[in-house]
Amino acid sequence: MDFKQWAGFDKSGEWTNEIDVRGFIQRNYTPYEEDDSFLADATSKTKKLWDKVLKLYEQEREKGVLDVDFKTPSTINAYEAGYIDKELEEIVGLQTDAPLKRAIMPNGGIKIVEKSCQAYGYKVDEETDYIYNNLRRTHNDGVFSVYTPDIRAARSSHLITGLPDGYGRGRIIGDYRRIALYGVDVLIEKKKEDLEILNTDEFTEDVIKEREEIHDQILALEELKKMALKYGYDISCPASNAKEAIQWLYFGYLAATKDQNGAAMSIGRTSTFLDIYIQRDLDNNVITEEQAQELMDHFVMKLRMIRFLRTPEYNELFSGDPVWVTESIGGMGIDGRTLVTKNSFRILHTLTTLGPAPEPNLTVLWSNNLPEGFKRYATKMSIKTSSIQYENDDLMRITLGDDYGIACCVSAMKIGKQMQFFGARANLAKTLLYAINGGRDEKTGKQVTPKYEAITSEYLDYDEVMQKFDQMMDYVAKIYIKALNAIHYMHDKYSYEAFEMALHDKDVIRTMACGIAGLSVVADSLSAIKYAKVKVIRDETGLATDYIIDGEFPKYGNDDDRVDSIAVSVIKTFLKKLQKHTTYRGAKHTLSVLTITSNVVYGKATGNTPDGRKAGEPFGPGANPLHGRDTNGIVAVMNSVAKLPYEYAEDGISYTFSVTPGTLGNNLNKQIDNLVSLLDGYFKQTGHHINVNVFDRALLEDAMEHPEKYPQLTIRVSGYAVNFVKLTREQQLDVINRTIHEKF
Amino acid sequence: MKGKIHSFESLGAVDGPGIRFVIFMQGCALKCKYCQNRDTWSMDSKKEYEVDEVFSTIMKYKNYIVPNGGVTISGGEPLLQVDFLIELFKRLKKEKIHTCIDTSGSVDITPKIEELVNLTDLFLLDIKCINDKVCKDLTGVSNKKELEFAKYLDENNKNMWIRQVLVPTITDNEEDLVNLSLFIKSLKNVEKFELLKYHDLGKFKWKNLNLKYPLKGYRTATDEDIIRAKNIMKVEI
Repeated sequence: MDFKQWAGFDKSGEWTNEIDVRGFIQRNYTPYEEDDSFLADATSKTKKLWDKVLKLYEQEREKGVLDVDFKTPSTINAYEAGYIDKELEEIVGLQTDAPLKRAIMPNGGIKIVEKSCQAYGYKVDEETDYIYNNLRRTHNDGVFSVYTPDIRAARSSHLITGLPDGYGRGRIIGDYRRIALYGVDVLIEKKKEDLEILNTDEFTEDVIKEREEIHDQILALEELKKMALKYGYDISCPASNAKEAIQWLYFGYLAATKDQNGAAMSIGRTSTFLDIYIQRDLDNNVITEEQAQELMDHFVMKLRMIRFLRTPEYNELFSGDPVWVTESIGGMGIDGRTLVTKNSFRILHTLTTLGPAPEPNLTVLWSNNLPEGFKRYATKMSIKTSSIQYENDDLMRITLGDDYGIACCVSAMKIGKQMQFFGARANLAKTLLYAINGGRDEKTGKQVTPKYEAITSEYLDYDEVMQKFDQMMDYVAKIYIKALNAIHYMHDKYSYEAFEMALHDKDVIRTMACGIAGLSVVADSLSAIKYAKVKVIRDETGLATDYIIDGEFPKYGNDDDRVDSIAVSVIKTFLKKLQKHTTYRGAKHTLSVLTITSNVVYGKATGNTPDGRKAGEPFGPGANPLHGRDTNGIVAVMNSVAKLPYEYAEDGISYTFSVTPGTLGNNLNKQIDNLVSLLDGYFKQTGHHINVNVFDRALLEDAMEHPEKYPQLTIRVSGYAVNFVKLTREQQLDVINRTIHEKF
Repeated sequence: MKGKIHSFESLGAVDGPGIRFVIFMQGCALKCKYCQNRDTWSMDSKKEYEVDEVFSTIMKYKNYIVPNGGVTISGGEPLLQVDFLIELFKRLKKEKIHTCIDTSGSVDITPKIEELVNLTDLFLLDIKCINDKVCKDLTGVSNKKELEFAKYLDENNKNMWIRQVLVPTITDNEEDLVNLSLFIKSLKNVEKFELLKYHDLGKFKWKNLNLKYPLKGYRTATDEDIIRAKNIMKVEI
């Protein structure tokens, strides 16, 4: 292949013969090892446009959602072109025909669409409603038509929770860069070649299924071209300059958001790729640095405007209307050069040009070897905006190479080569309570699992509890995989992500991404049983409903091996139990320790626990200790979290950390020094992920009382960022009650 | 070899450059009236630690304190346990960990002290007061040894940060500040000079020991006090 749009690129290697974005990047990018002094301010065009968006935000905040198209089910090409202000927009394209107007996507489930329309005062168009209730089966219907009684029981008792059986699974990253680099026609040609591979002698079910999928992928790519044409762009050929590269790539991402309402719609690892185009234009004096920043600002503005129609229950789980437009920035190449480019700075600089915001979910891939200038710039922006998360590139590069990206919060995958079946999480705190109660629910008394022998002794014996906990984990693992197999079979059948998968290789690696909720509660409970005396309080039916602890016990989060090792072993054990069960499409079992903001909801559904946590109280988010139990300072808790084995939790281990600015140092320079040292240390200890918040508690308290003063106040929760003022009051309190460190 | 240690701070960001692992040694010969750690004076320690134990605790934090931070020994008076520190610092230097001692310097310069100085990257030297009469009244001892110690460090090209606590009406006399300034300027290895605001946050520790707080009635220092003193001293480091 050769295109005039590739003029000036190094064409050695295979990237011109086959789809190989990484090969292109490696041969053409310019590592940048200096500081942020080259960055340009926002242009007046950017400011004008952003002002308009802010006004729309304000109206949206008042109404909950700005507008809904309740008639037209969303497809890639379902709507006419939409604009904020055509004259001002450098990068164009909206999900529907008007800004912030939300679309319906009933393939996931018509009930959810009906409910979410209703919640905001809309009603689904009658004809559309009829079709999806009578003529077209949805993912949601499919799942519930096969769910077994044991799955249903585990689900309604919150033993397994947050499952994507009523909403889109998401967490698939299309390689949107392919569109800019090759143009859509090449991608279609390559897919047709894949079809030829699947013209086999043995025409088995698997082959037929895959052929149908690729057929749909090609149709989706055709739709993409038509959608772009409505905006006046022919994207069948490669992008010829920076503006086109961003536009082509964004059209791809936009098409994905028109096709799927996924729980997380991440964009991948695009900034360094785009830098190649920007640098070429800068070198040819086609654009200035101001214009380069303007393009990135307009791109990011669009990413900030992605919206999905979701039910209020969903928002209770994942608050603040998140989309997880996760962009992975920086990292190191396997040849030792840094993947940081000037554009890594530009995308972080949007936090200044446009102000802080939760989206895109800016994720810095941290390596001990990152250039000092970039380390300092990223941490400076953290200190100023609390809008960045960091993940351990040195750890992930071992297994994932240097062209992976983060989906959602912490799930790493090779871009265009790997996808996951998102599996939410099992509530292990509740599993422990079921172990004690022989499978009866501690709140309702109902027998949820098959009847096991309950513990009847007055004081809990560690060995007895461990033995029963082990059995109960066996049961939960079995039901969990059953449920996930059903969900993903049906998702593929009724809501297949044809477009996103069109931007993947033919043979993708699939993971079955299971998760744990309540890790710190379990670790502390087992520690209390082992090191203190825990007396059981039972009701008249013999149900253990409360616990009295006599004595001290080590608590997770204080760098104490006695309890941290319990947390480690729970992760290892649970993964091994999951691995006993066959997964849909042979997906590899993985595990995450991540709860997002749902730690509040899971806590609500879980009774008193043997660690002294009271019924209804939130769990610690992700891999965090329970609020207030990490009393030994920042470094001790970092060391505890870093002990959790990434090798057994490859879907990510999330830690959210908050510190007051004064603790980090008495001036910005010192604060930067110390935050860099902390991150270097944490990641050298093999910590996987960290959200960094730098603020005083008083600020949050004020924002709770006067939300109007803080429209853009952004904080990191578990794996993503939110507008603080968009959280429910309960979630705001949860954030305020978290440990905000005041000592190292 | 055992050391008498009052406590550890898993890391501080103020006592030396970068992030520090801080060890507070037990025992002090001075009797500073403003002491924030009155409970560290006595040489009767509740807790003694082997060098090995302390070293392995520090190693848990190595990733955070190398290369920009390090270990700071404070107290109490660290130089009273010179043998213990020599052994500990030898181990730390092997790991390329930055070592720092926070001291009054009020000791005789023995061969042992010389050996420890060689193993130390930075001294935080508390000059109590340049005026010996004030110093004796404030701490119970003469400043002669600490000034000698400063000169010794300087002659041996040791980096030091000099610090003085500014206690209004006691250590803020204009003439004394000018003399302190001259003394600092006569040294060539002072990286930094800090005036610390006198505060009484350690008062409760005196009370816990059923002792009268000696500076009762004296006010704490303000930002204005510091600015005034700095203007007098004109030390630009």
